[in-house]
Amino acid sequence: MENASFHHALKIRTDVCIGCAHCMRACPTEALRVSGGKAHLHSDRCIDCGECYRVCPTGAIIVEQDDFQNIFNFKHRVALIPSVLLGQYPDDVTPGMVFQALQNIGFTEIYEVEDSVEYLIPQINDYIGKNQNKKPIVSSFCPAIVRLVQVKFPWLVGNIMLLRPPLDLTSSYIRGKYKEQGFSELEVGIFYVTPCAAKIAAIKSPVGEDKSEITGVINMDLIYNRTLHEIKKKVVSKDQDTFNSQLTPRSITWALTNGEASHINGRCMAIDGIHNVMEFLDKIENDEVAGVDFLELRSCDESCAGGILAASNRFLTAELLRKRAKALAEFNHGEVNQSKLLQYQEFLVGRIDLSRVEPRSMVKLDEDMAKAMKKMERVNRIMCYLPGIDCGVCGAPSCLALAEDIVKGEGAISHCVFLQKVMEQSKLNPEHSFKIMKKIWGDNRCMKDCEKPNQNK
Amino acid sequence: MHFEFKVQGGDFVRAGNASSQVKKILKQLNVDSSVIKRIVVALYEGEVNIAAHAFNGVIYVDIDTERIIIKLDDNGPGIPDINLAMQPGYSTASPIVREMGFGAGMGLPNIKDNSDDFKITSEVGKGTCLEILVNLKVNQEGV
Ligand SMILES: Nc1ncnc2c1ncn2[C@@H]1O[C@H](COP(=O)(O)OP(=O)(O)OP(=O)(O)O)[C@@H](O)[C@H]1O
Ligand code: SF4
Ligand code: SF4
Ligand SMILES: [Mg+2]
Repeated sequence: MENASFHHALKIRTDVCIGCAHCMRACPTEALRVSGGKAHLHSDRCIDCGECYRVCPTGAIIVEQDDFQNIFNFKHRVALIPSVLLGQYPDDVTPGMVFQALQNIGFTEIYEVEDSVEYLIPQINDYIGKNQNKKPIVSSFCPAIVRLVQVKFPWLVGNIMLLRPPLDLTSSYIRGKYKEQGFSELEVGIFYVTPCAAKIAAIKSPVGEDKSEITGVINMDLIYNRTLHEIKKKVVSKDQDTFNSQLTPRSITWALTNGEASHINGRCMAIDGIHNVMEFLDKIENDEVAGVDFLELRSCDESCAGGILAASNRFLTAELLRKRAKALAEFNHGEVNQSKLLQYQEFLVGRIDLSRVEPRSMVKLDEDMAKAMKKMERVNRIMCYLPGIDCGVCGAPSCLALAEDIVKGEGAISHCVFLQKVMEQSKLNPEHSFKIMKKIWGDNRCMKDCEKPNQNK
Repeated sequence: MHFEFKVQGGDFVRAGNASSQVKKILKQLNVDSSVIKRIVVALYEGEVNIAAHAFNGVIYVDIDTERIIIKLDDNGPGIPDINLAMQPGYSTASPIVREMGFGAGMGLPNIKDNSDDFKITSEVGKGTCLEILVNLKVNQEGV
């Protein structure tokens, strides 16, 4: 029923990790623990939000991507870029220049993720109309949010909009186009330039879909560096603008906060930032909020402009893209390419729905209610002894997390420094309690070291 | 398992705390979500009634593997005519309370609908006591 292992693009490099526990404190789903002086990830709790990546002081958390050279295995090398990529560069770098730079580094064609947005908008409105009993509809756009709902708000999985997000629709469209032109699948490599780890997880282990049509994933920071290098070398210029962005104003801003909500019918709300989202979902779950039709929920502050692989400041990216969208709207009044819409329609027959999203609750203590109750009683008893200050010295993010680990057999009461002090009064010898600390934090944690990485930041 | 929560009259900000906590507990116990929903709705209405109509109260929650029993015991004006209060749409809520979006007179009927067993007793000038029972296993609920 519940899949035990999930693909996570985030990996902890144990050779670089210093076990400082910053990530453990930042994780919204309490998926991290420290032991043996290193951070460890609980695979089925992690939602790929990347909050741990942001706070790691040593760069020990990395986003695993495909080898860039893989693109050269294909005759047609498609760069599938998110609109936020074009918002990373200084103001005077036009989308056309970025397109040229992408070709210089090896891509043969460039497609934009949000290309399918104009096709998707009426589908969403239609979906909401047909699913009045599932309100509020939660957008399927941000994969970290879909995973958050699965593990922490399992009752709300039925609210998730079962329409494939723009990334999936556009990749199906690209496949359809090449097929129409007579190319075999093996000749066409679609490489997605990702702003975050969540999208990678969504591609490598999709929810509500069997398999992604994307060939590989390249991190946006890498692409940014390489393309900016081309641009700085002055081998691309404004005058050679042969390609340009095909996006309409509302597609350009789709991945920004309010990008979806402002174009959907009915009462819509947009919430960004994982903690804000959790706070609001709690209210939704309690039935405290009535009459909302659609929720755009994004894990990152400022949505994808704030993706962990972004190079530019998120506020500047959002401002730049909004400005471009506005200028374009004034210029062409948001004209939509009708023949392209027809093509989408043709290529996506029977390909726009996601199948059911399954809950995989990480909140329950046991499948069996009687056992869960026993465990909860034990947790409550243990909590009477723990100090309740959430210091994290036990290697768990809070006293409650330690108590729950203990009843699951994944922790011990002697991991608590405070209880060690108490136990040292009777049975525990100080030598042993020192050993326990070393087991959690590593051998060298108590040695003098003036070069600790996060000492004088 | 036993839990207790205090409710203060007039404190709408915190009314909802008990139902939130109970929800968390029931989720951890892997109780069916439709059952949790009914319990949370009933308890929330009860909490708000104490905040809206009484001076203060205590909520006692008892959970075993079969059922949850919630007792909401308040000090307050009491209810003179319980049959009338139980009627959908009947409310004595003040304009201030109505302004806050309460006072549709649906609270008590809602609590009754969501419970498998429901008892209300009240003494004018002393207080009101609600007892709510909900079966936790899906197959034995009467709905
Ligand atoms: N704990 C209580 N103490 C005193 N009176 C109460 C109490 N609970 C309910 N009542 C009385 O019963 C009436 C009906 O209660 P009910 O909960 O059905 O409606 P309401 O609280 O007025 O409005 P709503 O719950 O729809 O916001 C109330 O208006 C109030 O006069
Ligand atoms: S990606 Fe998010 S959920 Fe996963 S370990 Fe990091 S902070 Fe926790
Ligand atoms: S908001 Fe955007 S960048 Fe952030 S996790 Fe979600 S999809 Fe990725
Ligand atoms: Mg009421």
